[in-house]
Amino acid sequence: MSDTAIAERAGIGASVTGRNGGGFGGNGNGSGGNSGASHTPQRAYVTGMVIALSGIAMFFMALISAAVVRRGSPSGDWRPLIVSGWLARILWLNTLVLLGSSATMLHARSRARAGDETGFRQWWIVTSALGVCFLAGQLLAWRQLVAAGLYLATNPSSSFFYLITAAHGVHLAGGIIALLVVAFRPARRMARGTPVEIASMYWHAMDAIWMFLFFFLISGGRS
Amino acid sequence: MSSSPQPVHAPPRAPIGFFRRYIFSTDHKVIGLQYYFLSLVAVTVGVVLSLLMRFHLVWPRAHMPFVSGGVMRPEQYLALMTMHGTIMVFFVLTTAPLGAFGNYFLPIQIGAPDMAFPRLNMMSFWLTLVAFGCMLSAFVVRGGAPISGWTAYPPLSGLGSITGPGEGMGQTMWIVSIGIFCFASLLASINFISTTIEMRAPGMHLMRMPLTVWAWFVTAVMSLLAFGALLAALIMLVLDRSAGTSFFIPYGLVVNGELQVGRSGGWPLLWEHLFWFFGHPEVYIAILPGMGITSHIISNFSRKPVFGYRAMAGTLCAIGFLGFLLWGHHMFVSGMNPYSSLAFSALTLSIGVPSAVKTFNWLGTMWGGKIHFDTPMLFSIGFISFFVTGGLSGIFLAQPALDNMLHATYYVVAHFHLVMAVAAIFGIFSATYYWFPKMFGKMMNDTLGKLHFWLTFVGAYCIFMPMHFVGLYGGIRRYSDFTGADYLVALRPLHMFMTIAAFATAAAQLIFFYNFFKSLASGAKAPENPWRGTTLEWATASPPPIDNFAGHFPHVFRGPYEYSVPGAREDFSPQHLPPSEVAGTAEGAPNV
Amino acid sequence: MQFFPAFLRDASRRASLARPNSRMRGSDATALLLFISLIVFVGITVYLFATGYYAPPPPITPVGLQVDHQYALTLYATGAIFILAQLGLGFAVFRFRDRGKPARFIRGNTGLEITWMLATAAIFLGLGALGTKAWSETRFQPSAAGAIKVEVTEEQFVYYFRYPGADGKFGRLDPALVSAPTGNPVGIDPNDPAGRDDIVVPTLTVPVNHPVELLIRSQDVIHNFFVRELRLQQDAVPGMVVPLHFTPDRIGRYNIMCTQLCGMGHYQMHSFLNVVSEAEYENFLAQALKQ
Repeated sequence: MSDTAIAERAGIGASVTGRNGGGFGGNGNGSGGNSGASHTPQRAYVTGMVIALSGIAMFFMALISAAVVRRGSPSGDWRPLIVSGWLARILWLNTLVLLGSSATMLHARSRARAGDETGFRQWWIVTSALGVCFLAGQLLAWRQLVAAGLYLATNPSSSFFYLITAAHGVHLAGGIIALLVVAFRPARRMARGTPVEIASMYWHAMDAIWMFLFFFLISGGRS
Repeated sequence: MSSSPQPVHAPPRAPIGFFRRYIFSTDHKVIGLQYYFLSLVAVTVGVVLSLLMRFHLVWPRAHMPFVSGGVMRPEQYLALMTMHGTIMVFFVLTTAPLGAFGNYFLPIQIGAPDMAFPRLNMMSFWLTLVAFGCMLSAFVVRGGAPISGWTAYPPLSGLGSITGPGEGMGQTMWIVSIGIFCFASLLASINFISTTIEMRAPGMHLMRMPLTVWAWFVTAVMSLLAFGALLAALIMLVLDRSAGTSFFIPYGLVVNGELQVGRSGGWPLLWEHLFWFFGHPEVYIAILPGMGITSHIISNFSRKPVFGYRAMAGTLCAIGFLGFLLWGHHMFVSGMNPYSSLAFSALTLSIGVPSAVKTFNWLGTMWGGKIHFDTPMLFSIGFISFFVTGGLSGIFLAQPALDNMLHATYYVVAHFHLVMAVAAIFGIFSATYYWFPKMFGKMMNDTLGKLHFWLTFVGAYCIFMPMHFVGLYGGIRRYSDFTGADYLVALRPLHMFMTIAAFATAAAQLIFFYNFFKSLASGAKAPENPWRGTTLEWATASPPPIDNFAGHFPHVFRGPYEYSVPGAREDFSPQHLPPSEVAGTAEGAPNV
Repeated sequence: MQFFPAFLRDASRRASLARPNSRMRGSDATALLLFISLIVFVGITVYLFATGYYAPPPPITPVGLQVDHQYALTLYATGAIFILAQLGLGFAVFRFRDRGKPARFIRGNTGLEITWMLATAAIFLGLGALGTKAWSETRFQPSAAGAIKVEVTEEQFVYYFRYPGADGKFGRLDPALVSAPTGNPVGIDPNDPAGRDDIVVPTLTVPVNHPVELLIRSQDVIHNFFVRELRLQQDAVPGMVVPLHFTPDRIGRYNIMCTQLCGMGHYQMHSFLNVVSEAEYENFLAQALKQ
């Protein structure tokens, strides 16, 4: 029996068993699912995002571990950065803004589930705007630090502060770009589907990571 | 886990045009080949660097062409050594096993049409290529290539060119290159893991995956979790070098008579911890795919199932997991807390257990088999031999009391070269000879392959076994020559022997290159399944069509290593054939 | 390609698996060659390790003897595994080469797997447990009372050894004062009276049978202090002072090597450990103090 015949037999056999969903088999014609050339199942994007977030989490864990080690170093030169109230206040405000953006994002998705495309899009853009506000607030914190004479290399505490907030800010900026890309897709496809889901996962993860980083920075005393 | 069918849509049109087809392709097969050819270039560069090193060690005052000044200076040796290690570890051993063969064969072996994220895959390759370009550029920037070793410990690497030549721009290019490489690896890991989880063909349960797929999967998970730490460390190193921070630079350094001001209590050991937290999993990333390939090929050519398939899959996972817990064994004499050394030592010795289990299982796979000695099998047998030798020298290094006398001697160099430079490379050769017919539709010349094997097998042992003795005697690594202390002169005969062996073995690799390219051009046409294998890559044409299976995606009916099943029609039962197709003759005896 | 011999030209002819029913003589030769080469390899390796031709010189401390003992134990254990595994490999490929009979269909043997898993765990972890004593004696336990303290300062590419002098105290160091050309290579503060009698020399001289504690530090990059005969080494990390103690029991002159890559002069960075009699040591101190 020729190899192609065997394969064909297997294909036919398979399509008998693989009747539910998608479908594949000898004829290879598209049947169900999105049109377009992608063969990747939608849930793979969600899995991919979870994996990507694990890798990103390890990166932040490395930064935080380094900071913890440095903080406990016998050289004793760790000066807590958040001495006066103003830096703490700015950071608290930024944190609330970011939390708020997660809330607006959840609201946007609930609007989408209710079928309200316009509402979804509006709240989605509000989320992006709040993200931009967060970044602006971080930059403001940086400017205030510079005005107080605390630069990147001034002391270990300031070095880690700039490094950690910059690393998070870069990731968040990437998230904002992703949100805007999703925002300007055709309305018909916007509310549903995987891009919204994975962008939301990323955004909420950035928020959660910020909470973790923020509490580390805020508790900047001797360990 | 995944038993639901994959959606297949309109049959994809092959991309038209040379560029879309061969250069900017999203086809995992093309990307796999791109990685493979990149690693071929990288290994050539790496071997040439090592030959220059070996030459200098024996004839340090010899006049050398192309070297400015005519005679190689110590810092040039160190630059060669740094680049040799970096290029080999990153651009050969992390690229070829996973990036090349993993990309090419993971989707096919699980019955998928491509990776989960083809465009991300393409981006990973191009970033890796850019990283390689950056790395090579370190040779030509002012000051030359860095001299701090592939481990780049600060403050040597953290203060710029005042610590030595090459530590200026060269070190910066090195850091940029590896940083880009980190990013590329992270993207690639996402692809590998998602694809393995989500895109397996119906019937391809986890316990029916080939061990190569298991190995690539565990390797990708390790890659995902390790490269983040390296990226963090690199960013901090860049800031120390150019922004005056003190993550790793302590106070009060006096370099070349110059007091380094503006630094505060940074800790060089922080770099070591972060680097080795990445660095140890990295070496397992280099070897694990080779282990998967060895299991796969030993089974195929012994015509027997893998002995203890579940244990083989489990030990891959165990090595992956344990590999993250023992980075401190690189730091026994670093000034790290001596109590933690005991913990790291115990964990390091424990990882010898799954490795030993794998070795015994490979022997068990051959035991009672019907072994055919085609070239892929020879290299897999060689892999086992080198892995055993190299792994056992690790048992010495894992004990801190012995490490006190062996650390940073040639004993360590022997150990890691045997496992990485030889065993892992044998895994790559094995995979090349095995899968060449599938990838290119042509057969390689088996006689030349056998010749290549024998010369490399003998040659590699000649190069690396004497290094144990050099190390025991007190030969220190990373020395550019042996004029520094009297007793080292006695080692010259050993070094001479190793250098000659190195040149001879390198020359033998020309046989491989000749065979490879000649067969590519005019090898005999390869059948679909020249090795009579059971896994899914042998169920499609050589080379496979654009979507891997010409629309006839397989359904999997059995495990991956059903060889010589009693009562089967043939001595192999392919995974994709329904039971009726593999059932034997009326007498029930397999027709061999 | 007429000038190539036929067997080189025709690749698929040699792929033996393409014709499963054939038993090529080449197969037998290859199997035998593999077995023999593994036997030869094992023989040469065992011989070379056993003769110990390139062994390090004998240790000069009691702990060094323990280290050598641990090394020997490890060598026997790993040597046994090495011989078993390599010869087992050679035997397996020879015995089970294709001789026309079908292969035995075996999926595994759980009992056997558990056995060799436990055996290797016992051997490896056992070795580790036996080695902890030598480690703890050098690293956990402090130096003996009355140990001679010597501060070792390492920099590109020299060693400086500082003795505390008659007052037994080290003077304060200030990196800003480091200046080798003016005779203050480690930066002793001249205002500190404890430092006036400090002795700084380029080689390490200690009396035999007397505990010594080194305080190892670095001026610039990471270096190392290694003496083969002590079976000891320790990285010199800038920003840290790491103690290392030993009691030498044999008079002689031993090489101190730097094993941590420290720059272009790394290969030449070395010094000497002089273990001398008590009398000579007193003499050395007296001479040094005079200067």
